[in-house]
Amino acid sequence: MTSFRLNGHDVTVDVPEDTPLLWVIRDEVGLTGTKFGCGIGMCGACTVHVGGRATRSCITPVSAVQGADITTIEGLDPAGNHPVQEAWKDLQVPQCGYCQSGQIMQAASLLHDYPSPSDEDIDAVMGGSLCRCMTYIRIRDAIKRAAAATRGEPSNG
Amino acid sequence: MIGRTAILRLAAGAAGLGAVAGIGFLAYALHPAIAPIAPPAASSFSADSVERGRVLAAGGYCAECHTRRDGQQGVPLAGDYAMATPFGTIYSSNITPDAQTGIGRWSLAAFTRAMRQGVSRDGANLFPAFPFDHFTHMTDGDIADVYAYLMAQKPVHSVKRENTLPFPFDMRILQAGWKLLFLHPGAYTNDPAHDAQWNRGAYLAEGLSHCSACHTPRNAMGAEKASAPYDGAPVDNWIAPPLNATNPTPVTWTENEFFQYLRYGVAPLHGSAAGPMSPVVHGGLSEMPESDVHAIAHYLANIDHADARQPGDAQHLATAMASSTRDLTTPQTSDPDARLYQGACSACHANTGAQPVLGRPELALNNALWLDEPTNLYQVILRGIGTEEGQEGITMPSFYHALTDADLARLAAYLRRTRTTLPPWTDLEKKAAAVRATLPAPPVAASH
Repeated sequence: MTSFRLNGHDVTVDVPEDTPLLWVIRDEVGLTGTKFGCGIGMCGACTVHVGGRATRSCITPVSAVQGADITTIEGLDPAGNHPVQEAWKDLQVPQCGYCQSGQIMQAASLLHDYPSPSDEDIDAVMGGSLCRCMTYIRIRDAIKRAAAATRGEPSNG
Repeated sequence: MIGRTAILRLAAGAAGLGAVAGIGFLAYALHPAIAPIAPPAASSFSADSVERGRVLAAGGYCAECHTRRDGQQGVPLAGDYAMATPFGTIYSSNITPDAQTGIGRWSLAAFTRAMRQGVSRDGANLFPAFPFDHFTHMTDGDIADVYAYLMAQKPVHSVKRENTLPFPFDMRILQAGWKLLFLHPGAYTNDPAHDAQWNRGAYLAEGLSHCSACHTPRNAMGAEKASAPYDGAPVDNWIAPPLNATNPTPVTWTENEFFQYLRYGVAPLHGSAAGPMSPVVHGGLSEMPESDVHAIAHYLANIDHADARQPGDAQHLATAMASSTRDLTTPQTSDPDARLYQGACSACHANTGAQPVLGRPELALNNALWLDEPTNLYQVILRGIGTEEGQEGITMPSFYHALTDADLARLAAYLRRTRTTLPPWTDLEKKAAAVRATLPAPPVAASH
C-alpha cells in the first residue's frame, strides 16, 4: 500500500511497489492528462510535480512517492488558469498537443526556480522536454510571457 | 657454536613462554556467563529513561542492523539482518526482550559488558560487526537508557539464521585477539584542549553514532585503520566518502554543510543523503536534539580544520556553477553523450545561477562525481531516490530500465570529463554492470 496526496486529495493504492507512478495516475486514479511518451524518462511527456519538483513519472516507482505531495496537469490550477496555461492559450502553443501537459508542468517548475528566465535558462531546463511538432519557439515565448504575467507586467502582444 | 642442549633449552624456554602467554590469552579471552535474570517488566523502567534510550537507539541506528531486510521485512530490532563482510555473512541478533531468542534474560550488567567489551551474556566473544569498539565509549547512563528502551519493547520470538563464516573466522575465541589489538575499552573522557561542543560531537561521532565504522577503511583483520581515520571506504556496495581533507569535492565540507546534510538530508553544495546514509539521517539523527547534530557537524568539520580549507571555495564554486549548463545552451552540440545527458538529467540538474537551487542538485559539486569510483553515481541513477530519502518530499526516478550499462558508462565518462577536473574513471561499463548486479530487483517495472 502506498499513500500520497494527489492534487490535494489523499490517495492510497494497493499495487506492486515497482509500479510506475504514471500507471497509477492514469490507470488507478484515472487522471489521463499526464501522457505516456517514451517510457524511459527521455521525452518529458509524463512530467508531474512531486514535492513541487518536475518529475518523470514513467520511471518513478510508486514506492518512491510514499507520503509525497503530487500535482498533475489537472491540479496545477483549479480552473486551468495557471500563468503558463494562460500563456499557452494566448500564444496557441500546442500543435498536436501530446507533449503539452509535460511541457507545462516542466515550465511551471522552471518559473519557480528562475522567475525571469533567459533563453539559456529555458534551454537548459526545458531541453529534456521534446516536442515532435517543433513548437519550441512558441514554448519559449510562452514561458517568457508567463514569467512577465507572474511578475505583474503587462503583456505586449 | 650453539650445542644441541642449548637449542633444546631455548626451545623449552620458548614453549614455556608460549604456554604462559597462552594461559594469559585464555584468561583474557574467556569470560564467565552472567547469570540470566527473569525478564523485567517494561513498567520497571522509568518513562524518562526509556524515552532517552529511544533517542539514543535512533542515534546509534540499532534498528538499522538489527532488522531483517533481505527476502522479507523483519520486525524492528528482532535481528537477522544479513551483514556481508569480507569474511562471510553475519546475521545480527534479536535485541528485543524475548526470553528465549532475544535479550530478555540479560541483566544491565550483561548488556553493559556487551556494549563495552563485546562479550555476550553467556560469555562468548561477539564479532566486531557489532560496533562495540565504538559503543565502549558511551557513558554508563547512556548505556542504561538504551537498555531500558530495548527491554521496554515488545518481545519478539525470532531465531536468526546461522552465520556463514568459514573456519577459522567462525571461532569466537579468536575475537579476543582482535580485541587485544583493536579495542580500546572505556567511556569517552573529555579532551580539555577542546570546548564542550567539540567534546559532545566527539562523544557522539566516535561512540554512539560510530561514524568511522563506515567512513574509515578497514585493514585485513576487519578493523578500522588507525592510520587513515575518515579516509572513506566501500560499504554495502556504495562508497562512504572521506570526511576529512582527502574528500575531493571542490567545495569544503564546512560545519554548516555537515549540519544541513545530517539534519535535513541534503548539503546544498554537496548533495543528498542516499543509500545507506539516508536512514542514518532520517531514521537516526533526525530523532536527536538539534544541538547534538550541531555538535557532530562541529566535530567532523574540525577533523582536518575545514575553516582553514575554505579560502578557495568561492572560486571552486564559481567554476563548478559555470560548468553546469555546458552543452545545454547555444550553440547546440552534436556530442551524443551531451545529448544523452540533456535528455535524461539536465531538466532536474542544470543550474544557471551562482548557487544551486535547493532541489536541483548540482552534479559538478556532488560527491558522486568526484570520488575515485563511479559507484555512488551508478547506484543513484539505477535506484533513484525516494521521497523519504535525501531531501524529503522530492524524488529522483530510477533509470534502471531507461539506461543500459553502456549508457551509464557514457554518462559517467561525460560528467567526469566536463564537470570535474579529475582523471577519467576506468572500466566504466563493467563497473556499471557490477553495480546493477548488486540491486536485488529492478526498482521500477519497465514502462515501455
